[in-house]
Formats: sequence, C-alpha cells, structure tokens
Amino acid sequence: MKKNVYQYILSIADNSLILGQRLGELCGHGPNLETDIALTNISLDLLGQTRSYFQYAALLAGDDKTEDDIAFIRIEREYRSILLVEQPNTHFGYVIARQFLFDVYHLLFMEKLQFSKDETLSAIAKKGIKEVSYHERFSSDWVKRLGDGTEVSKLKMQEAINDLWRYTDEMFHVSASDKAMISEGIGVDVVALKERYYAKVTEVLSDAMLEVPEGKYFQKGGKEGIHTEHMGYILSDLQYMQRSYPNMKW
Amino acid sequence: MKAALAHIEEHLIATLETVSDPEIPVLTVLDLGVIREATEKNGQIHIKLTPTYSGCPAMDVIGDDLETAFAKIGMTTKVQLVLAPAWTTDWISEGGKRKMEEYGIASPLDETGDKEVLLGNAKIVKCTNCGSRNTHLVSQFGSTACKALFKCDACLEPFDYFKCLK
Ligand SMILES: [Zn+2]
Repeated sequence: MKKNVYQYILSIADNSLILGQRLGELCGHGPNLETDIALTNISLDLLGQTRSYFQYAALLAGDDKTEDDIAFIRIEREYRSILLVEQPNTHFGYVIARQFLFDVYHLLFMEKLQFSKDETLSAIAKKGIKEVSYHERFSSDWVKRLGDGTEVSKLKMQEAINDLWRYTDEMFHVSASDKAMISEGIGVDVVALKERYYAKVTEVLSDAMLEVPEGKYFQKGGKEGIHTEHMGYILSDLQYMQRSYPNMKW
Repeated sequence: MKAALAHIEEHLIATLETVSDPEIPVLTVLDLGVIREATEKNGQIHIKLTPTYSGCPAMDVIGDDLETAFAKIGMTTKVQLVLAPAWTTDWISEGGKRKMEEYGIASPLDETGDKEVLLGNAKIVKCTNCGSRNTHLVSQFGSTACKALFKCDACLEPFDYFKCLK
C-alpha cells in the first residue's frame, strides 16, 4: 500500500520535475525579458511542487532516502513522467503549446487531487491549484496571441499543436498501480477528466483561430518508464552534478 | 481567515519581528503571515512556517534566519514547513500592506478585482509612484513568483503588484 502511494507520487511529481527542468533551460533565453521571467517563474512553481511531493515520498520510503536521491539518482526507466513534458524547447510557440496542453490537464488534475483521502497530497494540491491557474492563464493567453497573431506566428503555433497532439492522450491512460490508488480514494480518476480536457483545449484553440488537430494516432509509454529519445539528454543535465560528485551539497 | 488564527506566543514576537522576507525586506515574517505557530517547550522554540508559493526560494532562507535570530538569544529552534491550510494574501497584515506600498509594491486587491486586472479588463491598480490608476499589466509574472509587473501610463514608471492568492 505504502509502496503504491510512493509510486503514485512519482507519477505525479515527475511531470512537474521534467517540465520544470525543461523550462529552466530557458532561463536567460526567453524571447524577451517578461516571458523569460514568466517561464522561469513557472519552472520554479513546478520544482517547488516537486519538492513537496518528493519530501513526502522520501518520508514514505522510510529508509535514508532524501528528496534529492529521488530527483537525481534514478535511471531513465524509473521516471514516470508523460512524454509530452520531455519534448524539447524547439521554439517559443512550441514551448507555449507544450505548456498549454499540460496546464489544462494539470489544473483539472489538481482540482480533483485536493479531495484525495491522503492529507499530504490534498494539501500539496490545494497549494498548487492557485499556482497552476496562473500558469494556465499565461499559456492560454499566449496560444491566443500567437494563433491570432501574424501569418508566421499562426503557422508555427498550429504546427506545434499538431505535433504535440499525439502526446495528449497519455494523460488519460490509467496504469495498474493508478487503478489501486483510484479505488482507495487517494488517486485521481484521470479518465473522468478527458472530456473536460478536450472541451477546454478546443475552446481556447477556437478563440485562437487555430484548428483542433484531427490526429487519432497517439503515443504513450512515459508512465511505464519508456521515454522518447529526448529524456536521456534531460537526465544527463539534471543528474550531472550528483553523478559526478555524489552527495554534493551547496 | 485572518492571521489571528496563527498561534504565536507573546514573548516570541519581538524576536520574530527581527526576521524579514529576504525579497521584500520591509516586511517581517509576521507582516507576511507565514508564521502559523510559534511556541516554546522545554527551552526549545517550535515554529510552523508556511510557504507563500511552493517554489519560493525565500522559505529556506527564512527558516535559517529564524534559527539564527533565536540562537542570538540562546535558544534552539525547530522549524517545520506546513502546507495546509494554504497561505493566502489575506494573511498579510494591514501594516504589512502599507509598508509594501511605501516600498513600491502595489498590495493585493480582492479576488474579483485581481482577476479583472490580470485579465486586463479593469484599471484599478494604483501606481506606487504617482498614485494614478491609469496603469496596465505588462506581465503576470514579475521579479518573483508572488508579483506581477505593471506599468503606469501616467508617469510611465514600471512597478510590481503583489498578486492576490486565495
Ligand atoms: Zn505613476
């Protein structure tokens, strides 16, 4: 039971960790000062949430594990993040599309997680909802600005949405261990979020004068630890210091 | 849900008032409302601290500063981070809001007003430089996670607005 909760926490937290790391790469590289600061602020919120989850997971693990061990000392197959969040920062429109497709899900997820029977998860969610609603507002606004912007921005935004669309279905995939958590009232039944998710995404895309992709082919695997080729590169960056100088602190 | 809910022993207040937010140094931790409990048991101080935002880097610093402040008067401190109930801008004291304005950060509006200004629908945030309400949102995210960036259209100065969090 405890082991199930531990795994379940990783499956939530790894999304925030990997997306937080991706956004962190943009520090000093945003298209302008305001968006640079916004993206790194979002990164900070996500990493803050990750810390809360991992501190709790470390407590459940009961051995000498720390939050840092969980974040840095795992192999690729042990990360449970969805494929969407590891996709690279190809261009600003791509960053925004990835963020938007995740934020809409993240907010719906947190709104349910706050009712988890697990008190700590519920507290993390209640705190996180407020932050994530700012993220969703930010990314939705930019989808509209770029979609309803110039010819080039519209084209790039549409291509990014089309390209990333294949990773959206994975969010609503329930693994065997998720199932146990849902039946115990600890986990969130993500299948029940699916309809509202696509409705919300469709609404924003229409406001943005963008097409809702018709693609029916979806990729999954991240939740089982099977990642795209991008994941190894993220981890080599993320883990470099702890692998080179084990247990280092600063 | 006012800060009155916090359980802080009277004799610890003076020391707590010496610890401030590293990012908004005019605000003490009491002004900010992040101390939820401060008690003394068997010569040890127990403090429950709640973060403003999950990733707020000031929290680690505040924890260390609290330990240092009480060490100066010969006390050891145990600081515990608590997440529930989640911090809200309602817990910032009235004095804190005033100090914040004087420091150049517009203090949080109520929930409805906040939503309107962040969506760009209303011009109600007062410029901390000249007092005009002819201001507009530049970015929802400012120099720290808790602030948005505004610009005054009257005096043209940029300024921070402390976002409402409920
Ligand atoms: Zn002004």
